[in-house]
Amino acid sequence: MEFGTILVGIILVNNYVLAQFLGICPFLGVSKKLDSAAGMGVAVIFVMVLATAATWPIMRVLDSFEIGYLQTIAFILVIAALVQFVEMALKKFIPALHKSLGVYLPLITTNCAVLGVCISNIDEGYSYIEALVNSFGAGVGFLLAMVIFSGMRSKLEGNTAIPQSFQGVPITLVTAAFLSLGFMGFGGLV
Amino acid sequence: MEKKVSKLAILTKGIIKENPVLVLLLGTCPTLATTSSAINGVGMGISATAVLICSNIVISLLAKIIPDKVRIPCYIVVIAGFVTVVQFVLQAFVPSLYASLGLFIPLIVVNCIILGRAEMFASKNNALDSALDGIGMGLGFTLALGVMGAIREIFGAGTIFGFALPWLSAHPILVVALAPGGFFVYSLLIAAVNKATKGKGVKGDFGCHGCAMASICQQEKCIAELEKGVEA
Repeated sequence: MEFGTILVGIILVNNYVLAQFLGICPFLGVSKKLDSAAGMGVAVIFVMVLATAATWPIMRVLDSFEIGYLQTIAFILVIAALVQFVEMALKKFIPALHKSLGVYLPLITTNCAVLGVCISNIDEGYSYIEALVNSFGAGVGFLLAMVIFSGMRSKLEGNTAIPQSFQGVPITLVTAAFLSLGFMGFGGLV
Repeated sequence: MEKKVSKLAILTKGIIKENPVLVLLLGTCPTLATTSSAINGVGMGISATAVLICSNIVISLLAKIIPDKVRIPCYIVVIAGFVTVVQFVLQAFVPSLYASLGLFIPLIVVNCIILGRAEMFASKNNALDSALDGIGMGLGFTLALGVMGAIREIFGAGTIFGFALPWLSAHPILVVALAPGGFFVYSLLIAAVNKATKGKGVKGDFGCHGCAMASICQQEKCIAELEKGVEA
């Protein structure tokens, strides 16, 4: 499969947050400020690629022993351990990077988008390189959605024209609905 | 827990007062993704409930044995085990539901409601209370997903549990069953809860209050520090 097709498909058409509803918690929780939204997005790209790099070969091992049904347990443990190790390694060897990304790493461990991308890479039958490209694209799509959404949310801040029942969470979701509607326009692209 | 809570209160609090989806705002991913029809929503709710009850019971029994430092990985293994069981059961008996829920069945593992109840309730209470808590929270989750799925199915496809409704089935609003409709219907439901409880119901904002990882990852602290750093 063409890498370009995979990338466009996963970033715009099947955007992980807006079309597939993966990683909604950080999308709604960490998108108040542009800085933290971007930081979170970059950390997600990093972890997604790393997790795929680790879980794809593991699936081969599981399959060779015909214990593919252990996928869920194996993947979540590998991802959790991996993220912890990476955090420690970054702290020790690249403190500057740890300062900017480190805070986001632990909270990505049980993020459904990361586990989701690992499993869907297997389900789609991607090769190793394709799986890595797909994970990178999923992360970029997440970053894109986060950055756009944090911009939209900054306009909501202090807006008093919102009905009382809709203030706070509901209006945030309505905003997300419109962003998602916008991304639906990419529908026929791939 | 300081004061004794009645068994009935444990069972019922998850359904309305602390509804995990509409009040605590947990488990948003499956809520939005699997409610494109009523049957999918209910199916997801029941699957998650089964995992929740089983994991709550096992974790409450194991709580004293599991060392405090590695408790989260242990909980995750227990939960992942039950998710695998549910995955097998669905695959064997309701393959159509298995196909339509797809990726979101393994993702029950990372559902914050389940890990959250393990960390906040099951690890501190006995097996019976934990089971009741699991049933209550699971019912609340299933109910919310069922209602949301029904609304999206009625307006998005003009059917309810697969039965065509007069007039509506001739004029479906397709977008309600698609991704944007998920966000929109969810926001309407939360707004309705807000209205009904005069703004007291929904617990603040999306945040870490209900997340199981809160005690480890301290996201709120990090974000607060981060925002302070930006301002300074």
